[in-house]
Amino acid sequence: MAFLELKNVNKIFGPHFVLKDINLSIEKGEFVAIVGFSGAGKTTLINLIAGLLRPDSGTVTLNDLEITAPGPDRGIVFQNYSLLPWLSVYENIYLAVDQVFRNWAPAKKQQHAEKYIAMVNLSPAREKRPHELSGGMRQRVSVARALAMEPQILLLDEPLFALDALTRATLQDELSRIWDENKKTVVLITNDPDEGIYLADRIIPLTAGPSATLGPSFKVEIPRPRDRKAINHDPHFKEIRRDVIEFMLNSKHQRRPSITKRLVLPDIEPEDLRHPKPMAGRSLPKRRSEIKEETVEVE
Amino acid sequence: MSYVELSNLTKIYPTSKGPAVIVKDFNLRIAKGEFVTLIGHSGCGKSTVLSMLAGLNDITGGGIILAGKELDGPGPDRGVVFQSPCLLPWITAFENVMLGIDQVFYTAGKQERREIAEYYLTVVGLGDAMHKKPAQLSQGMRQRVGIARAFALHPKMLLLDEPFGMLDSLTRYELQQVLIQLWRKNKITALMVTHDVDEALFLSDRVVCMTNGPEAEVGEILDVNFQRPRERKAVMEHPDYYKLREHLITFLEERAHKPLPARTSNAGPLPAPAAPKQPEPSHASPSQTKRETVNA
Repeated sequence: MAFLELKNVNKIFGPHFVLKDINLSIEKGEFVAIVGFSGAGKTTLINLIAGLLRPDSGTVTLNDLEITAPGPDRGIVFQNYSLLPWLSVYENIYLAVDQVFRNWAPAKKQQHAEKYIAMVNLSPAREKRPHELSGGMRQRVSVARALAMEPQILLLDEPLFALDALTRATLQDELSRIWDENKKTVVLITNDPDEGIYLADRIIPLTAGPSATLGPSFKVEIPRPRDRKAINHDPHFKEIRRDVIEFMLNSKHQRRPSITKRLVLPDIEPEDLRHPKPMAGRSLPKRRSEIKEETVEVE
Repeated sequence: MSYVELSNLTKIYPTSKGPAVIVKDFNLRIAKGEFVTLIGHSGCGKSTVLSMLAGLNDITGGGIILAGKELDGPGPDRGVVFQSPCLLPWITAFENVMLGIDQVFYTAGKQERREIAEYYLTVVGLGDAMHKKPAQLSQGMRQRVGIARAFALHPKMLLLDEPFGMLDSLTRYELQQVLIQLWRKNKITALMVTHDVDEALFLSDRVVCMTNGPEAEVGEILDVNFQRPRERKAVMEHPDYYKLREHLITFLEERAHKPLPARTSNAGPLPAPAAPKQPEPSHASPSQTKRETVNA
């Protein structure tokens, strides 16, 4: 049996299936990216693995043990960082270490926290509070906190979505380096196929909801360390990228009922508002004298 | 003469430390029906150029000519799509679009004006949702309203300021498709600002790379000659696509590692975590420190 296993998992909110027939097996040390649209149920999926939600049917097992509640064996990095605002970088991380390794000597806990702060290159900012940090730095704290608990599996829930393109690229590089150093099992949830392909061993699309389910899994066989520029030459990269994007976009279109509607676009020209409107009488609109009539597919 | 001409466009803000030159001698000519994209980093001044073209920002030096007339202030002859669509929350999507139409097509009858709004809202995929208020629409749907609103006025020029920057990547792909389909029908001259390389390549005829500010100007211009009408799949399979993509990524990356001077970097409300100010930056490698400054 695989390290992390989801079997026929269904999750229902109210009358709707959010997730339907989710089957997923992840091996130890594997980096898997799950890519999907906003609102498709990606976060629900990660919450099921985290134990923050229970499935309505089916099972979620880690190391052959069923997941029934959250625990320190699964480290989570949330999109909104979830740091305690009144604690410094160091204190935020120490808090997690202190909870998980209760019987360690204080000096050891301290050393352990420092090690992970250094891993995400935040040692110069260790005394700062979250509000003194940029978004990218906050997310690094969040990553360090999750890793410091030495979880068996790291769950990343769109960790880089709130960041600008440049910071996102820098943090992707950093995640990639950290993963190379630790070889932890990672599940990354993202809406960006490029991010998934760049970081993961395997990328799996989640179809557009409701009743979202996992699509075929694409193996990313690009040697590491990966270079953002060089992979543009890699035919394998181009192929996966095309297939994943196409699968995602198609999964959405299939769900839309489409009706056709006849629409008329009047052929009138806009008026120049810099000229004063005529005081008396109504002038007529300028016409291009071609009535555009077309049928449009309505989604 | 070109349809749109930006000549020696300059923007200077007075500051307590003396004048800050954001954009200097920016020259660009755009042909009628051309789709041009400005690409560059946050804070490089690309949005400043766009907002001067929109008439929303005063021009310090130089000038802009659109269809033979020098621009002076904002007007409905330029349709703007903002990053966040700025819809009035108390009226429906339809009424939001009607606001501009009522102004610009005041000579037309009510029925015809409504038809224009219905047409554009339907074409952008809001046939069923046009009578909802913005709060009932998703972020992507709101941006569709923003696109419909801009096209409905039949502007001479379309200005797009990171139109899909706030959307997730997949929704972004969908809306690019919506935009390109509408644009294909009307061939409105367009200028877009973005830092998404794929978006720039898929939509534009030319990509203008801007150098980093201050004193930002045109760095280099890339011709994008994929056949139109474009289909994403065909574009992505074009032998030149990944060459151009790599070229643009390299351009942006090279610029990324040059720290921006504090004056022009548009740091948010957060204080810049400038590593050099730290008493003991010993744990960070030099290259890391440098990157941090950019991240701020």
